[in-house]
Amino acid sequence: MSAPRPYNAPDTDAPTGHREVDPVTGYDTTGHDWNGIRELNTPFPRIVVWALGLTFLYSVVTWVLLPAWPTGHTYTRGLLGLDQSEAAVERLREVDAVRQGWLARFDDPDFTALAADRDLMAWATPAADRLYQDNCAACHGFAGGGGPGFPDLRDTAWLWGGDPETVAETLRHGINAPDPDTRIAEMPAFDWLDRSERRELAAYVAALPTGDATHDSPAGFLFAENCEACHGAQGGGGLMNGAPSLADAAVIYGQDPGTVMETLRVGRRGVMPAWGDRLSAAEINLLASYVSRVSENGKGGRE
Amino acid sequence: MVGTLTRSERRIGIVLSVSLGLLGLGMAAGARHGVMAVHGMMALGLGLALIFHIGGALYDEPEPAPGRSGRYYDAPTRFGIGMTLLWAIVGMAAGVWVAALLYWPEATPPWPWTSFGRLRPVHTTGVIFGFGGNALIATSFHVLQRTSRARLADALSPWVVLIGYNLFCAWAVTGYLMGSTQSKEYAEAEWYADLWLVVVWSVYFTLYIRTLARRNEPHIYVANWYYLAFILVVAMLHVVNNLALPVSLGAADSFTIWSGVQDAMIQWWYGHNAVAFFLTAGFLGMLYYFLPVRSGRPIWSYRLSIVSFWGIVFFYIWVGSHHLHYTALPYWAQTLGMTFSVMLLVPSWASAGNAIATLNGAWHKVRDDATLRFMFVAAVFYGLSTFEGSFLAIRPVNSLSHYTDWTVGHVHAGTLGWVAMIVFGAIYTLVPQLAGRETMAWPRAIEWHFWSAVGGTLVYVIAMWNAGITQGLMWRTYDESGALSYSFIESVRTMAPYYLLRTLGGAMFLGGAVICALNCRATMRAAGGREDAADHPLSLHPAE
Repeated sequence: MSAPRPYNAPDTDAPTGHREVDPVTGYDTTGHDWNGIRELNTPFPRIVVWALGLTFLYSVVTWVLLPAWPTGHTYTRGLLGLDQSEAAVERLREVDAVRQGWLARFDDPDFTALAADRDLMAWATPAADRLYQDNCAACHGFAGGGGPGFPDLRDTAWLWGGDPETVAETLRHGINAPDPDTRIAEMPAFDWLDRSERRELAAYVAALPTGDATHDSPAGFLFAENCEACHGAQGGGGLMNGAPSLADAAVIYGQDPGTVMETLRVGRRGVMPAWGDRLSAAEINLLASYVSRVSENGKGGRE
Repeated sequence: MVGTLTRSERRIGIVLSVSLGLLGLGMAAGARHGVMAVHGMMALGLGLALIFHIGGALYDEPEPAPGRSGRYYDAPTRFGIGMTLLWAIVGMAAGVWVAALLYWPEATPPWPWTSFGRLRPVHTTGVIFGFGGNALIATSFHVLQRTSRARLADALSPWVVLIGYNLFCAWAVTGYLMGSTQSKEYAEAEWYADLWLVVVWSVYFTLYIRTLARRNEPHIYVANWYYLAFILVVAMLHVVNNLALPVSLGAADSFTIWSGVQDAMIQWWYGHNAVAFFLTAGFLGMLYYFLPVRSGRPIWSYRLSIVSFWGIVFFYIWVGSHHLHYTALPYWAQTLGMTFSVMLLVPSWASAGNAIATLNGAWHKVRDDATLRFMFVAAVFYGLSTFEGSFLAIRPVNSLSHYTDWTVGHVHAGTLGWVAMIVFGAIYTLVPQLAGRETMAWPRAIEWHFWSAVGGTLVYVIAMWNAGITQGLMWRTYDESGALSYSFIESVRTMAPYYLLRTLGGAMFLGGAVICALNCRATMRAAGGREDAADHPLSLHPAE
């Protein structure tokens, strides 16, 4: 192919002593030979030098403009005088200022007035939805449907009450949460009852929603003696003390005889975290009005 | 293995095996229960198995023929390639499984050891250290001997390195399953496993230096520089990042001596240089040997290979801080990491360019030979992922990509496209040689492997690019009310199709690796003469 380049090569490799020219590229080899591997004596590509120079130039400019090199106790600050903490806080402030324009309205929990302001609610609902998804959906479900152990927010069955004021209170202080004003509710274990009694009681409780339960029965008496104080007469609930109505099939753990047996044996003590320290008062009010509207819109969501 | 050792070496081997068994017994007795006791029993079992294996053949098997120092020592390489393929299947299968769990989280079985958090490091350690590490050690023994025209300095230490290293990997992976971890990414193994690796690595380094010192070539080939950088710097990174105080000598728990942002910086100095010196330098050594050998072409530029080597070694060590952009790490450290990452692109592309230009004059072979095509694709993906790496290291770009699946895609462009491809190219070049044959047993299967590997990589990487950019944009978009436009869970739900594609791509890649392992097994079973090669005259050292 092409003739060997008149390339002024450094000294040849002593042991082999000869060079050869690669017919494809026209370069000679360095004379090294490792297990048949040779290397071409290609001159150093100019573009690599340029690229090194350019990237180095970029680096020098960056070092001059930004904080870059440590100098003992301090560092070079850079001509732009940037500080990443300040920049982050500044951007948060900007976004927060936009949000406060309308969110401040929720500082005052006059829920009736807020709900009546259709423009405000149209503006706020998408934000409330994201607030709900980021903080509540993990337990209560993407659409508020709840799950085993977590209440459905779309139905009308509430343990503490579904009006916005009550929901806001629950949000602030939680249930069985490490908060001094938390709501406390516990289903005690009835493991001291005989297993046969528990089985009768479970069958009775499981039959309550369908109306097939015989109240004038040993199990009915057991219920009246042990359960009525919290769950209401014949399990009708409505005391808003954290104990569910047993007549509406909305018990969060399930109401089949097997699950009720489990509940009677070990008890239940569900937890709702307190959000008072994590969300602002306005955000909690926003969420409370959102959640109570989810309930209204999906009235009787679970039959 | 035993047939290649002399009687006295077999005796030393038994002494070493007894020591290993005693070490295991000591660990088990000291810990009494828990992870460390199980690991002690594993070491004891391995020690006993080796005692029986060597002892049973102590006087029965004939000694190696005289004059073995005139031949290369390939038995350790053969064993190392076998372990490479075994770990490839274990590590990649774990990867496909955890990828599937991200799409079907409900499929997680109810046992603790099957949880995502325990299986994910099984995947990373299995592929990086099990697959990659064994491939590096096995090929380094081959390359070192051929380019030095010298036999390995002694017959026992290669086995100490390989068996000891695989014990480390097995300890690490079984420890994760039992819930034992230091919580440092890619350095999860506990303190005694780390100490054990230091011992193994010292033997490896000593063996490498001693063999280089016996070389019959006046110059040290650039591949050896890369392998040496890999061994030396990995030792330094491993020791510094794993400095920890054990809770007690009998427990698999420890506290790192680093704290706060220093801990984070040391971890990512380690983490990124594990990419640099484990997943790049060593595999560049592999590329610089197997690519010219397979293509029959001289390295395109000697000068470029030397400058690239020093450029890569010098720049890489600075760039770990780009993993900590916009964190508590001081801004100045982030700036330095960013600028050095940008400069690093030049020697990286110089290496990739040198490899591709080496193929000038051999493009017909790239077309016809799937083995060489593996290496060509590796060089292309090396160039691609180093460009991507430098790009993602720029702070504003990183603010979009950080914590997203783009990072996962970037890593897999490097590990699937570059690291695994060059390993498969090297394996298909080596295994026929080791088996004393001209070709692999099923030459057509190399094509199937090639296309499933390339297809799998592309599906994986493109899915993750889309996933990552989508996530990054969803997380940073505010609507006009000043509220985030998307909740986090919406961004998770959006990932579903990409996660499904990722699982598919990974499964294709795993399928190729299984074909490769079966092909290698068939090739080794149909082996011709197993006599060690001596393709160049080795100067005879006095008989050992």
